[in-house]
Amino acid sequence: MNFLSYFRNEAFERGIHPPSCKLTADTPIRRLPFAPRLVVPLSQHIGKPALPVVRVGEEVQRGQLIARADDGLSVPHHAPATGVVEAIELRPSARGPWAPAIVIRVHPGSSQEDLCANPRDLAKASSDELRQAIRDSGMVGLGGAAFPTYAKLAIPAGAKAHTLVVNGCECEPYLTCDHRVMVEEADDLIAGIRYGLRATGAVRAIIGVEDNKPAAVAAIKAAIARHEAAGQPDGAIFVEAVPTKYPQGSEKMLLMALFGVEVPSGKLPISLGMVVNNVGTLAALGRLLPSGRGLTERVVTITGPGVSRPGDYRVPLGTPLRFILDYAGAPAGMNDARQVILGGPMMGQALPSLDIPITKGVSGVLVFRGEDLAQRENVTTYPCIKCGECVGACPMGLNPSQLGMLAAKREYDAMAEGYFLGECFECGCCTYVCPSNIPLVQQFRVAKQVLREKSAK
Amino acid sequence: MSSKMTPTVEIRSAPHVKAPRSVEQIMRNVVYSLLPVCAFFIFQYGISAAALLIVVTGACLLTERFFLATGTQAGRLADWSATITGILLALSLPPGFPLWMGFVAGAVAIALGKAIFGGIGFNVFNPALVGRAFVQAAFPTAIATYTPSFLPGRFSEFVPSSLAMPLMMPADVSVWLHERQLDALAGATPLAKWKFEGVLANAVDLLTSLSGHMAVGPAPLLILLCGAYLAARRFLDWRIPASILGSATALALVLYSINPEHYPNPLFMLFSGGLIIGAIYMATDMVSSPVTPRGMVLYGVLIGVLTVVIRYYSGLPEGVMYAILIGNASMPLIERISQPTPFGKGVFNRQKRPASFTLDPDFIAPEITRAPTRTSRFSRKKDGADA
Repeated sequence: MNFLSYFRNEAFERGIHPPSCKLTADTPIRRLPFAPRLVVPLSQHIGKPALPVVRVGEEVQRGQLIARADDGLSVPHHAPATGVVEAIELRPSARGPWAPAIVIRVHPGSSQEDLCANPRDLAKASSDELRQAIRDSGMVGLGGAAFPTYAKLAIPAGAKAHTLVVNGCECEPYLTCDHRVMVEEADDLIAGIRYGLRATGAVRAIIGVEDNKPAAVAAIKAAIARHEAAGQPDGAIFVEAVPTKYPQGSEKMLLMALFGVEVPSGKLPISLGMVVNNVGTLAALGRLLPSGRGLTERVVTITGPGVSRPGDYRVPLGTPLRFILDYAGAPAGMNDARQVILGGPMMGQALPSLDIPITKGVSGVLVFRGEDLAQRENVTTYPCIKCGECVGACPMGLNPSQLGMLAAKREYDAMAEGYFLGECFECGCCTYVCPSNIPLVQQFRVAKQVLREKSAK
Repeated sequence: MSSKMTPTVEIRSAPHVKAPRSVEQIMRNVVYSLLPVCAFFIFQYGISAAALLIVVTGACLLTERFFLATGTQAGRLADWSATITGILLALSLPPGFPLWMGFVAGAVAIALGKAIFGGIGFNVFNPALVGRAFVQAAFPTAIATYTPSFLPGRFSEFVPSSLAMPLMMPADVSVWLHERQLDALAGATPLAKWKFEGVLANAVDLLTSLSGHMAVGPAPLLILLCGAYLAARRFLDWRIPASILGSATALALVLYSINPEHYPNPLFMLFSGGLIIGAIYMATDMVSSPVTPRGMVLYGVLIGVLTVVIRYYSGLPEGVMYAILIGNASMPLIERISQPTPFGKGVFNRQKRPASFTLDPDFIAPEITRAPTRTSRFSRKKDGADA
């Protein structure tokens, strides 16, 4: 939309620049102590839920396998703490419906050292063996989608990957967990990238980092220098600072920023010979794979105006949200789930209640104050004035204004057929910029859900 | 709020943050940008112009208030949109326009231009132009009677036609000018003079509107500056005025170069009449203009070409109003053929922008040992040449 944007070298067309609000960019990662009880849902990932392999009353050690992967797309889960399995029952989940979970009563004073491991020699492992090791670690995409990593690194028959793209954009406002991981665990990241290169057969890896994180770029450059000094085993690794813009964390946008090409509609990046992975995922792989440990904790940004001790915390999986909120300094007795968002403010998930645990896909906990909420709700909604802001913001080049008018008339089929509703990946840019305060992306979600249900019939 | 008996579960979905821009903010800034234009208009024509601005804007607000109270239209009085309609309508009328006719114009603009469609966001045409088209048809003499600018005593005395009694025809302004020995100045707008008398005004005089007793509207230069402010803050889209003015100038230039005797020079074309205010303020009315970038350009070109065609080949001296109304009416058609191409749906999957890396699997990086720096759009190196 902006006249000057034509002359600037922008990462990709359109998109938005929300205030970054990275309150915790300079605070080192801290460990969160164990909560008295941890709740490990069996489904923390995309795919089939895992199957429990422990019984109620059984003692488990931190790192021990407690649920094995089902056949097909699924990953195992490991005990995040040493303790006793108290129950295997339905518990509230972030998505709304209650879901089966393993509840572990943590032994007082137990250590956060991993006690269970299954070390294996990966030096000469084939790519299939590597992927099996990755699956056994229970790794999923830590950027938010929680798609099993072993499946993401699998190359479909007939395709060939030449580049592993590592997504360190973290374009969501407030979130800094990937940033801190890149700064503090750059060597783990390089180790993880080397496993990724071997698993995919790619010859080079490119780490894309937004240019508002110079510290991360510097740390990775230093780690790459050490990698080069070692003779670049497994392939060449580069880091590239890309101009900051939301939603660059979307893989199609990042590939546009790095390569200047569009991934064809309906295709995956592998059609261009590329595999995309998140920095947090690969750094965790680099730490876990050599010792054969399972994923029992992850870095979570706990931030927002509603907490007095914001920061990036290494959180044992299954830690209840209320425990985290207390620890990070949310007002005592806070009970309003509307104030808490899992993930970033642009694509994060609002919660039905505060009785839910941290799972593998949670990258942030964003806490607002009551007055922020009131401010958000006291807005007047106008009819669309066709200002075109949304058309100028949609990174996918759709016409949200037109889609919104069709959605208001419930003409969902017309949205999908004439106006490419299926291309929308719900980044929320249209709703963010709309001066009439029309909930555009929310309407699109409803429309997509209705269309999904219709096609399932 | 939920009661204790039946707790409601409220789930919001992302995004949970919002850009500060609102409809009120956009409209308020358009009003701000119009204030210097209004001040200059009053400076040119004195209290008649001030009274006209107040009466027309008041009529718009009253009518809007009435239809909001009946609940038949969307929006709020505080959204400033009726204020914009009123000010723009007043600026497009002759300064000595009878006030009661101005009131009618304002009421018609909101009632027939906006309220019957459902209020803000639903109008098909720019409401100010609907009001002006109505009075152009209803009062053809009054709307063609311009008084000269910078008359002595303009701040102490009304133009007599302004104060015509409601439903009465106004007094003849030429008599009043004759009494004041100003007959030489009486007359039509520069466009009418060119069309009917073959007299061509100087483009620079037209641009500033400062010299002499010319019968013109607010200065195009001032409107361009105010428009530049709005475009810079993105309260209007630069594509629409740029394509209107560009296409009008281009067509006028072609015709002028074919026959300079018959057609006026493009600068006269550009700065006379209402082309500038139409391009900057009237055609950019968000509701009645396309949302798609390509559509905005098409819409602007259509208006620019139509303006020149109406001015040169019709019986009317001025064509901007009808050109914009036709543009408004064809907006849905323009949008239909100008939908943006979604990401990844292009016919040719070519490189869209220069980048540090290429997709060629044999090419790893410009220099294998060092991560490369970004090349700029204007100094693109042949990627892969040294690989």
